[in-house]
Amino acid sequence: MKLKGFALGLAACASLPSLAQVSDDVVKIGVLNDLSGIYSDLSGQGSVTAARLAIEEMGGKVLGKPVELVFADHQNKPDVAANLARGWFDQGKVDMVTDFPTTSTALAVMEIAKQKNRVVMPSSGLATSILGEKCTPLTAQWTTNTYALAAGTARALVKEGKKSWYFITADYTFGHSLEKDASEVVKAEQGTVVGASRHPFPGSDFSSFLLKAQASKADVIALANAGNDTVNAIKQANEYGISRKQVVAPLLTYISDVHSIGLDKAQGMYLSEAFYWDYDEKSRAWARKFFERQKRMPTAAQAGVYSATLNYLKAVEAAGTDEAKAVMAQLRKMTINDAVIRNGKLREDGALVHDMLLLQVKAPAESKAPWDYYKVKAVLKGADVYPPINPACQIASK
Amino acid sequence: MFDVSLQSLAAQLLVGLINGCFYAMLSMGLAIIFGLLNIINFAHGAQFMVAAFLAWMGFAQLPLLLGPAYQINFWVALILAPIIVGALGVLLEKTLLKRLYHLDHLYGLLLTFGVSLVLEGAFRHFYGISGVSYGPPELLQGGVDLGFMYLPLYRGFVVVASIVICLATWYLFEKTKLGALLRAGTENPKLLQAFGVNIPLMITLTYGFGVGLAALAGVMATPIMQVNPLMGANLLNIVFAVVVIGGLGSIMGAIVSGLALGILEGLTKLLYPEASTVVVFVIMAVVLLTRPAGLFGKEK
Repeated sequence: MKLKGFALGLAACASLPSLAQVSDDVVKIGVLNDLSGIYSDLSGQGSVTAARLAIEEMGGKVLGKPVELVFADHQNKPDVAANLARGWFDQGKVDMVTDFPTTSTALAVMEIAKQKNRVVMPSSGLATSILGEKCTPLTAQWTTNTYALAAGTARALVKEGKKSWYFITADYTFGHSLEKDASEVVKAEQGTVVGASRHPFPGSDFSSFLLKAQASKADVIALANAGNDTVNAIKQANEYGISRKQVVAPLLTYISDVHSIGLDKAQGMYLSEAFYWDYDEKSRAWARKFFERQKRMPTAAQAGVYSATLNYLKAVEAAGTDEAKAVMAQLRKMTINDAVIRNGKLREDGALVHDMLLLQVKAPAESKAPWDYYKVKAVLKGADVYPPINPACQIASK
Repeated sequence: MFDVSLQSLAAQLLVGLINGCFYAMLSMGLAIIFGLLNIINFAHGAQFMVAAFLAWMGFAQLPLLLGPAYQINFWVALILAPIIVGALGVLLEKTLLKRLYHLDHLYGLLLTFGVSLVLEGAFRHFYGISGVSYGPPELLQGGVDLGFMYLPLYRGFVVVASIVICLATWYLFEKTKLGALLRAGTENPKLLQAFGVNIPLMITLTYGFGVGLAALAGVMATPIMQVNPLMGANLLNIVFAVVVIGGLGSIMGAIVSGLALGILEGLTKLLYPEASTVVVFVIMAVVLLTRPAGLFGKEK
């Protein structure tokens, strides 16, 4: 009898690994982003801190195995990103890679991850091309995308009667993608696009483009660019007194941009974000933890890395394995609700459809504390702002 | 594509002229340094950036550290920052650059490039890549309506100030005794030294002066551009092209081609913006093919 019980126990032990399979006895997260270049404020070291917070929240373990973190600088170059990721997958035991502030780097790594059966969760790689022809079943574009950002801001402004639009667009894939997505929304809402200027990337003087935009007499001057380009364009629009007569609408703005422009110049602007630290109790509690480590409030991109890492680990736990397809299937079953994402559902094509925030930048007098920058004007339902599934994405249509 | 009104043409020409002023000031410093030291100063952009940061630090950070009485306003920064950055340039010349004069151009280029990477990295570490914002001085806030465009007063000031600075520098180098010595130093330093002129000191001060010009442009740029670690690096490519077009080492060449290329770039932005980054380099290629020494350069 005793022997039988022992045998049963032994059998149970022996069968454990087949229930909970973790490759290499470790679950390893890789943060791949820009640690030194133009996107290092919005992603960079802050994203690494965000991933670390998620791992700590899980107690540093899933399925009894340790969770480890690695990070590297992809310098916004697809070939560098591909080499780093390949090394991580082949020798580094990395199971999931996240962040990618330039979409081209995400696309390069997605292809390799598909061959190696690993998960990719872009947080700051925002172009909708991730969901198009090059989509893979192992990708989750976690934080948001250019369409969802443009849709929120464009609809809100057109509804306010700002119907004619002029675009100042960064002359590369991301800028074009943003302009195209926003133009579609403007036209769908019965607005008109009166013109566009393509500026070299990166640019430092936007006077020429701003004067053209001013001469167009459009209600809205939409900035389809990012980072320092957006910051300089806003600064110079103020200088020329344009912001007083026309609405300047940046289509992608992180809180780090507003922080560096200053409220006096940014006040009154509308923008869309997936995350704002001061939205509710949950987001504030998490942001405070982040602030203690980083001395800055998290950007949406950094918050997205936290959420992606946390939910990836939860999915590993629930699936009982870190095998990529099983984890993705588990993620698709879950409804994502955490300090960052609200009502999130991961779609077949890899888009995490979730509620977005329409925000307006506060005037200096309205801001009560450092980083108190936005008024939440509306919560936009995910179904209303995310694009329909792109038929070019073959996995989704199957 | 070419249906352009006279109004917008005038506006773009003016905007181009403003950018041209920065090109002229920066390329003049480079030309002076190259003329006497034979050093291609790749740290020029970083020195421009450091001065911009110094102006901001004096305005925004010093009062927090020492009390409001220590706030350094724009006008004081316009004098102080070039002196500080120029002095740092002198230090760089005394300790490192002077060891390279007998070597190929390439070594000076590599050293100054390395210095610029270190400076940009250091400022990125402390201030982040998005940088900080600095407005125009109170006296020059607002603007005037010129009919064809609204000209911010500050930009008007930039045009006047930089043309004055450029002409004064030109006068100093081309029309004074000191300038004659400097030019003689470029031609034949050994002979000049035999006349009892302290050539090493002259070289050191010239480098400091060239760097100071970059710093002056840096402070003047702060109310226009976001102050960030890469603000100089973004401009430097164009400025090098300007120097090559004007003729390496020619001051008037740097001034004229700086202004002209700024205007030409403005016109390209109006007519076909996609080409605006390329146009300067196309002209550089054409000039190199037809006049290898540049428009104002002398064949050696």
